[in-house]
Amino acid sequence: MNLLTPDPGLLFWMLLSFGVVFFLLAKFGFPVIVKAINERKEFIEMSLLSAKQANEKLANIQAESDKLLADTKAQQKKMITDAMQEKQRIVQAAQEEAKMSANQIIEEARLSIQTEKEKALREVRNEVANLALDIAEKVIGEQMKDKELQKDTINRLISNL
Amino acid sequence: MTAKEQVEEKQIDVSSLIFEHLGDSYEWHIVKGAVIPLPCILIDQQGINLFLSDKLQHGANYKGYHIASNGQHKGKIVDNAGERPFDISITKNVLELFIVCIILCSVILGLARWYKKNGCKKAPGGFVGMMEAVIDFLDKDVAKESIGHGYERFSPYLMTVFLFILTSNLLGLIPVFPGGANLTGNIAVTLTCALTAFIAINCFAPKAYFKGIFWPDVPIFLKAPLPIMPTIEFIGLFTKPFSLTVRLFANIMAGHIIILALTCIIFVTAQMGSTMSASMTAVSVLFCIFMNCLELLVAFIQAYVFTILTANFIGLAQNE
Repeated sequence: MNLLTPDPGLLFWMLLSFGVVFFLLAKFGFPVIVKAINERKEFIEMSLLSAKQANEKLANIQAESDKLLADTKAQQKKMITDAMQEKQRIVQAAQEEAKMSANQIIEEARLSIQTEKEKALREVRNEVANLALDIAEKVIGEQMKDKELQKDTINRLISNL
Repeated sequence: MTAKEQVEEKQIDVSSLIFEHLGDSYEWHIVKGAVIPLPCILIDQQGINLFLSDKLQHGANYKGYHIASNGQHKGKIVDNAGERPFDISITKNVLELFIVCIILCSVILGLARWYKKNGCKKAPGGFVGMMEAVIDFLDKDVAKESIGHGYERFSPYLMTVFLFILTSNLLGLIPVFPGGANLTGNIAVTLTCALTAFIAINCFAPKAYFKGIFWPDVPIFLKAPLPIMPTIEFIGLFTKPFSLTVRLFANIMAGHIIILALTCIIFVTAQMGSTMSASMTAVSVLFCIFMNCLELLVAFIQAYVFTILTANFIGLAQNE
């Protein structure tokens, strides 16, 4: 059968051209393509990984900022309460101080009034004594020579009034 | 001469017509009258003879050569003594082979240039994407799956052989130039493919593989006085590529024969009256469409089968 016997001419050309094609493609064709495909695969995998990491980082940042916000709020609250307490304390202290100083002033005023009153009373007494003495002098006249004795007598009389 | 005899004379010799189409020729018929003459290269004791095949048309004799019309070398160029010179003419099949090689090289090297230019930053689309899917499939799902460790050495070969067979099969289905030659249905072509597979299987195999052939791990009486198992294993070395050769050749050739035979129905029934002729023509066309679809499938399947079997044989040899 003609069909079952390989023709040497075709065999020769087939060997030659298949060899050349194989050499060309195996050297310049397929390795380049396969390398590029694998590189792209790696690139895609890496991109996915880094996107995932970025997402995680973003979530972390979100959580961190939330935490920070909460912390700040708490701190702010604490500061406000502290300030309020301090204010109250200061106000109280001031009030107390004011009260104290007012009391002191009042006391001092009272004391000075007391002394003034006593002084005034004493002066009044002296005046009254002198007046009485003068009156008595005028009334009694010459009889009352010893002035000191008379004064004492009058003072005693007045305090006994 | 009676009318009946005339009809018989006109009748077509279907089998010779089919075998003429299946075989090789020194020229490329496109339609009746349009023939591409191809260069004949003949090497004999005097040196190289180079001429176009139209010099030998209709049994003409040129430089002492003519195309044998009968005998052992029917259809081939022989000298006056009826002997074959060393004939490396660019026949129809050789030209088809060159076309396949040019298509393969330009497509794959073009792809490689695309990848060099665009690197891994751009996703391919269209034809490049399709070829990438094929190449990636051959690399990962055929070569890596079957061979395993060290598959990178073999995957360019597997890709070349797959794409070569596929391109040849598909071109063979196109009935007009630049297709139409019966390349993978020619035993010389499939034999060369199988020969390269044989080299890929055996020439890179580790020592354990050859030990497994010549001193296999079987009871001693199967190999000691009479080397039964080693003989079987040794024959197995050659049956593998032989089966590859015959499977591809027979499948593609059978497909071509069926399509040609179905087409011939039209001409055979042409003399049997108009009703018969018309109905048989319709049947023939329908069957031809069906067979061409089937052959399209077979073109892919046979290329895939050849590749996956070669990959498996390589894998078996590598992982012995």
